[in-house]
Amino acid sequence: MAFYSEKVMDHFQNPRNVGEIKDADGTGEIGNPVCGDMMSFYIKVKDNVIEDVKFKTFGCGAAIAVSSMVSEMAKGKTLDEAMQITNASVAKELGGLPPNKMHCSNLGADALHKAIEDYKRKHGGTT
Amino acid sequence: MSEKERLLFQENSERRAVRAVYLENQANTRVDERVLEEMLPYFKEQYGNAQSMHSLGAVSKDAIEKARKEVADLIGSRENEIYFTSCASEANNLAVKGVADAYKQKGKHLVVSAIEHFSVLNAARRLGQNGFDVTYLPVDRYGLISPEEVKNALREDTVLVSIQHANPEIGTIQPLEEISRIVREKKIPLHTDATCTAGIIPVDVNSLGVDLLTLSGSQFYGPKGASALYIKKGIKLTPQIDGGIQENGRRAGTENVPAIVGFGKACVLAKSERDDNKRKMLPLRDRLIAALPEKIEHIYVNGHPDKRLPNNVNISVEFVEGEGMFLLLDQKGIYVSSGSACASKALKMSHVLSAINVDPAVGQGSILITLSKYTTSEDIDYLLAEFPPIVKRLRDMSPLYSYFLKTGQRRPAGPGTDYEHEHEHEQNQEEE
Repeated sequence: MAFYSEKVMDHFQNPRNVGEIKDADGTGEIGNPVCGDMMSFYIKVKDNVIEDVKFKTFGCGAAIAVSSMVSEMAKGKTLDEAMQITNASVAKELGGLPPNKMHCSNLGADALHKAIEDYKRKHGGTT
Repeated sequence: MSEKERLLFQENSERRAVRAVYLENQANTRVDERVLEEMLPYFKEQYGNAQSMHSLGAVSKDAIEKARKEVADLIGSRENEIYFTSCASEANNLAVKGVADAYKQKGKHLVVSAIEHFSVLNAARRLGQNGFDVTYLPVDRYGLISPEEVKNALREDTVLVSIQHANPEIGTIQPLEEISRIVREKKIPLHTDATCTAGIIPVDVNSLGVDLLTLSGSQFYGPKGASALYIKKGIKLTPQIDGGIQENGRRAGTENVPAIVGFGKACVLAKSERDDNKRKMLPLRDRLIAALPEKIEHIYVNGHPDKRLPNNVNISVEFVEGEGMFLLLDQKGIYVSSGSACASKALKMSHVLSAINVDPAVGQGSILITLSKYTTSEDIDYLLAEFPPIVKRLRDMSPLYSYFLKTGQRRPAGPGTDYEHEHEHEQNQEEE
């Protein structure tokens, strides 16, 4: 049995939405204090909907797969819907993560939420 | 197996069939065909228990004694100083705990290096929990232990010093002869873990001047399941497995006859072929060490430039994380290991890399490549072709790399890194 599920390996090998958005409406970054992973998220928002999302991640296979999955889940969602994405729902969508990766690498939703909060701060919480 | 699993298995097998480059020889080596041939009869026909009194048992007993002589011949000891164990970890535990217990009336102090294998470190740590005092010797940035530091660490109540011959992770070979002269003067037993040197480079218990030495056949084309502890005549030691009379009462348990036979054969082959193997591996190792920094920017070689195992390459690749690299190398059929936090099951950076003061942000991108006699020049070509694009791919998605490209500045990967080694962890907290 491989260490990672097929879906995790797919997102790790073919990550969706890698990159940065130069004129992002919101950015969020999160680092893990234990293993030093880092995730940066960039969002473009139009009419309260996440129109585009990009990320860059320094971390293990799981961290990259998680970031990719979060970006896919967030795209096209309203800000409120995107705030409902949790680290647990991302792991579930990936078909599970090894137990020791659940906390360390599974921070994508937190980074996305930070980007949304950043957007709201800049735009006074209304659009 | 479901149809889906079967297809996946088939796909994996086919992918592996394309090319398999095994470069994790510090973990295990491929068994030599001649070793396997020697072992087979002891599974099929000669399956007697070596302790049985009948003639089938005697065949097994004779085979073990032949292997004992072969092991002794490799390291220059006497046959009756070789004790078979199931693995190197067991031999290290027997040495550290066994000697500490046997000499505890004299004193309760041990000296080990900070970069020992966990089977020495954790054995010492357990003794530390049971009333022993343990000194963990630091190493310099190349991983070298200073004989002077060993001298200063010795006390009236020191009953054992355990210093590895070389480090399996960064390949640094210790000045053991110098250390043994110092330890011998004080008449303190000296153990060395020679797991990654015996069978690879010359190891002789007399010239090294050690009282106990661990070696393992699976490191040099023998099978898993047989290792040995050399115990110099006169050294006292308390058995760690109680039971029957096997191994002169020092290690009970039915002998793994086929593995011991294979171990013996591996020693015979190592004695005659070791130098040729080294001559084959050394240029490949040096080529990797020279070519990797030429092909990939911002990489660092860990370990000593010369005092280094002929099969060891350990590099840190900045701005990327080790597990990502080894997963992508795995996809190409290249099998290596990583000393990064994310790749270790404990999610902590290697205690060896932290002991040589590798920056945690850089240490996360560590890759360990170890060669064997089977490694070819084509294998190295393949690695050198496949590795740079993998690093580029991961750097392209690394926020640390884009930050560096934009600003020319490095930023830490995270607020901190946890250390495996409690001792260093405490030091770290003090510094904070």
